Amino acid sequence: MHRFANPTRFLKIAAAVQPWMAAITVLLFGVGLYMSFFTAPPDYQQGESVRIMYVHVPAAWMGMFCYAAMAVASAVALIWKHPLADVAAKATAPVGAAFTFLSLATGSLWGKPMWGTWWVWDARLTSMLILFFLYIGYMALQGAFDDRARGAKASAVLALVGAVNLPIIKFSVDWWNTLHQPASVIKMGGPSIHPDMLWPLLIMAVAFKTYYVWVLLVRIRQELTANKVRILRLKQVHGG
Amino acid sequence: MAEFFSMGGYGAYVWPSYVMTAVVMAVLLFTSLRSLKATETAFDRLKGEADANKKKHQEASNGDEA
Repeated sequence: MHRFANPTRFLKIAAAVQPWMAAITVLLFGVGLYMSFFTAPPDYQQGESVRIMYVHVPAAWMGMFCYAAMAVASAVALIWKHPLADVAAKATAPVGAAFTFLSLATGSLWGKPMWGTWWVWDARLTSMLILFFLYIGYMALQGAFDDRARGAKASAVLALVGAVNLPIIKFSVDWWNTLHQPASVIKMGGPSIHPDMLWPLLIMAVAFKTYYVWVLLVRIRQELTANKVRILRLKQVHGG
Repeated sequence: MAEFFSMGGYGAYVWPSYVMTAVVMAVLLFTSLRSLKATETAFDRLKGEADANKKKHQEASNGDEA
């Protein structure tokens, strides 16, 4: 892995991988969306409204996945002072926040016709809202210091502390008697969802993941280039 | 066609979910790409200036020697 730790080498690799990620993402979304609308059947109870699942569930999974990635990267940055870890954590935050927002918003649009309400202070919904605020707090804290290194350190600590929320989200539907339904894909004994619905869901989930990698590469490249710009500006100020 | 768009009466919930997801993901992607382009342009310009300065300094010091 240390071969990729060098930012200059990483920039080269990222630029080469990026168009492939773009192509795979577009392809997967094409297949996933087609299946979500045309091959997946309506639910016997929820009718066509169940199609919201194919964006809602991947968005929620990615909201949690991005946070886990951000927490791991923050830990690596704090412990080993890895030059890319801080950059990766910082680049992940807005993507994770966007996914979490989408899971809350599409969940609301699904809740209205199925539960009869846009929002309820249920354990799953509340812990997801806290996840969203953790992302916002992380991004705000990063920009709150004049010294960039201090901002990075403070936000990395916040990311680690906030990781406690991840198991709470996952098990909220088991620990509390909530309105939100329990897991039907990632659970003991295998998925309890019909393959006709499972496949479009999984393909959409992979599409969301490759989209994340794509945007992550773009944002890391931007961040690393911005660092180089900062160094050049400093040199200019100090008379080269 | 109309039947497809009505989504069994749930069109008002299904379509906004997909449209919002598409819009949020597209905006995030395009702002990220644009920001990368802008930063790369700034880097190329600064790098060009720095290289030109270095050359000028070198020529000046060469001139001193001669």
